[in-house]
Amino acid sequence: MTEKKRLIYFLTVPYGVFLAFSWQFDFTPGKIIGNNFFDFLLSMAAILPVSFVLIGLFEVWINRQTVEKHFGHASGYRGYLWAIILSGTTVGGAYVAFPVGHALYKKGARLSIVLTYIGSAALTRIPMTIFEASFLGFKFALIRLGISLPLVILSSIFIGGIFDHRKS
Amino acid sequence: MNYLKRLIRGVFLEFLYGLTLFALALSFFKSREKTLQSLKAALKSLLKILPSFTLMLIVVSVMLFVVSDEMISRYLGGEHLLQSGLLGSIFGSITIMPGFVAFPLSALLVEKGVSYTAIAAFTTTLMLVGLMTLPVEAEYFGWKLSLTRNLTSYIICLLIALVIGVFYGELVL
Repeated sequence: MTEKKRLIYFLTVPYGVFLAFSWQFDFTPGKIIGNNFFDFLLSMAAILPVSFVLIGLFEVWINRQTVEKHFGHASGYRGYLWAIILSGTTVGGAYVAFPVGHALYKKGARLSIVLTYIGSAALTRIPMTIFEASFLGFKFALIRLGISLPLVILSSIFIGGIFDHRKS
Repeated sequence: MNYLKRLIRGVFLEFLYGLTLFALALSFFKSREKTLQSLKAALKSLLKILPSFTLMLIVVSVMLFVVSDEMISRYLGGEHLLQSGLLGSIFGSITIMPGFVAFPLSALLVEKGVSYTAIAAFTTTLMLVGLMTLPVEAEYFGWKLSLTRNLTSYIICLLIALVIGVFYGELVL
């Protein structure tokens, strides 16, 4: 952890200085990089804190049995279905899906179901798919969706089988 | 395009905010203590992940500058389907780009004659494989699992691109 902190420190400080100088002396590449940084920061600032509040509420209020029943080893195929439905409504990107998936896992969700959630949060989010279809066509979006979903579920089961040590 | 983006994003953000507000109110009504406890937990996990996020933001901001739209357009528009597909998957894996930027760009590339195969490789890896988000992912799930998931996802994306290529008649088996 300390090594990582040192790395972040050694990167953040020169980076900040670089951005400040770029602004001061009108250095275009530096300004573009700075814009990228703040663009991303703003869009994450709109989503991340709220998501963590929801996760916090989830951790305190939802009891383990409920999660185990719907997302655990005994949930069967319905667990995967729930994971996909949940992922369809996930706002943001992978950076929201990771903490949400982790919270589910900690409460007793099956790893393969958590991985299905993460994978389909990346590939089948509703707003994203609408956008995809409107720019690349329905055919493209439909084929893409139709192949990716089973592949994500299959690979999640496969990886879950290797890494999940909490067998029922 | 901008209107559509704002509309879709707005609706989902409002849903997220509404849900959070409702859940918070309900929680507060039932138990102040537990509400405070969950807010503390939220702050704690936010602070815990912040360093990794900062690191990711720095790398991404530089990466987006280096990998420009023109660069993607140049490499994805190659003659060889396999090569442009592979390059698309590599670009998709190493960059982070919101779909609201990636899909309009992809549509533009298709107009310029870039194959659907390369576009599929690019957009799917963009969403499913994240080299830049790997440190954040590992923070939650460990390096071994995160690497395995990304590697498997990469293979899945190549498969999707292949099928898209076949469906669009670009890839003749």
